Amino acid sequence: MIQTVLALAGVVIKELYRRKDFYVLFVLTALITLVMGSVSFFHDDKIIRYVKELCLLLIWISALVIAIGTTARQIPAERENRTIFPLLAKPVTRAQVVIGKFAGCWLACGLALVMFYAFFAIVSGSRESHWPVVQLLQAMWLQWVMLAVVVALVLLGSVVFAAPSSNGTICFVVVLGILLLGRYLNQVALREPEPLRTVVYGLYYMIPHLEWYDIREFVVYDHAPIGWVSCGLASLYAAVYAALLLSATWLVFRRKPLNL
Amino acid sequence: MEPIVETRDLRVEFKAQAPAKGIKIAVKDLNLKVQAGEVFGFLGPNGAGKTTTMNVLLGFVNATRGAAFLFGVNVTEPIARQKIGYLPELTYYYKFLTVEELLRFYGRIFRIPSGELDKRIDELLKLVELDHARKRTIKTYSKGMQQRAGLAQALINNPDLLILDEPTSGLDPIGRMKVREIIQRLKNLGKTVFFSSHELGEVETVCDRVAIINQGELKVEGRVSDLVQKHNANLENIFLNIIGYQPSLVV
Repeated sequence: MIQTVLALAGVVIKELYRRKDFYVLFVLTALITLVMGSVSFFHDDKIIRYVKELCLLLIWISALVIAIGTTARQIPAERENRTIFPLLAKPVTRAQVVIGKFAGCWLACGLALVMFYAFFAIVSGSRESHWPVVQLLQAMWLQWVMLAVVVALVLLGSVVFAAPSSNGTICFVVVLGILLLGRYLNQVALREPEPLRTVVYGLYYMIPHLEWYDIREFVVYDHAPIGWVSCGLASLYAAVYAALLLSATWLVFRRKPLNL
Repeated sequence: MEPIVETRDLRVEFKAQAPAKGIKIAVKDLNLKVQAGEVFGFLGPNGAGKTTTMNVLLGFVNATRGAAFLFGVNVTEPIARQKIGYLPELTYYYKFLTVEELLRFYGRIFRIPSGELDKRIDELLKLVELDHARKRTIKTYSKGMQQRAGLAQALINNPDLLILDEPTSGLDPIGRMKVREIIQRLKNLGKTVFFSSHELGEVETVCDRVAIINQGELKVEGRVSDLVQKHNANLENIFLNIIGYQPSLVV
């Protein structure tokens, strides 16, 4: 089982570093950050905070683009290019394909995050002469854990929607919606009459709260690191959601015809 | 001796795309047996049920009734596919990989130890004549080279049974000849080959036995030499006669 999953994941990782998407996003993030970092606005000593904020925002956007873009095409490409046939003709189950693709996409995102955060650490450390290693590691870990839910969600979308582009767009809108509005849904529910209140509350408790994993402010404003127990609980929460989404993916995929 | 491939009263039904048409029977109570070391040609016009039968054998499609076995193991068990190699029709392998990486990937699925896998990859690349292009990504390959890469992946686990779905489809005469030579070599090595093809001349040259199906039903099965003798015609004429082909009067 593990051997097969790792073999499948290896192909996904190779695909990521042989395609240009990752390099384009990395170079773009680096360029924008370096250009912004070299400009002095209003002779403000704290300007590095804005640069850090911008760089982290770019890292979040790039990571989402990489996660959604890479994952959305995995299973549709296998079916379109017909590689799913020789693959499933070997002692490989559809569940292993789903887990292998998930592992590959998630590990690929992890590798990309390491590159991005290393760049961020160099830029911010060189300007501030101070390295908040724990905060950086926590920020990276929580973002990576959050991406596990995103990858699982996109994988489910890839067996439900016909085209990778429509799946990618829908998932991007859903993830962005959760990140920006998810935390306010309970407040919205309070203002609504019944039965809408119950519906919005239901939605609030049903969606994975991806916004909890965004601790950019801790890094930008040098707050104390968050507790490891909270970190662990957040990781567990994401693991449960990822597992639920992957189970749903398998349930759909096991009945799916292999031809497009 | 236990057959390598066996179908017992195999029936596959699909819901027709137009609801008014009800159910479409793709394979009708098919009984087939392929013995070890045979090269077995599975023939039929387009839509006859060849690929559906192969899809059942490979576990892609479930039988509505009856059963199929590989090496005596029901095809619903993934382990039934441990000793087979499969070459599908027109597959576009991972174009960002080299053929060597592709074979290594499939080899890892079969848990072939690293040293043995290296040796196996070298042998296969020589067999399919892709040794010179082993470091090139598959996207730079011609169609014939891709098909030979496909053959190499089908052989990575040194299978006892090879299932080939129209292996020469879309290839130029040289490409066809190369694939045919490889099948011949595999036959000499004692492998069992189960393949579908529209190239009847090729089937006549390579196969020991053939089965012809039409509209999901087995029409004839037997040794090529016996069929040719019995019908006093070549395989192409036997095939056309069996599927009820009427030559156009205009022609």
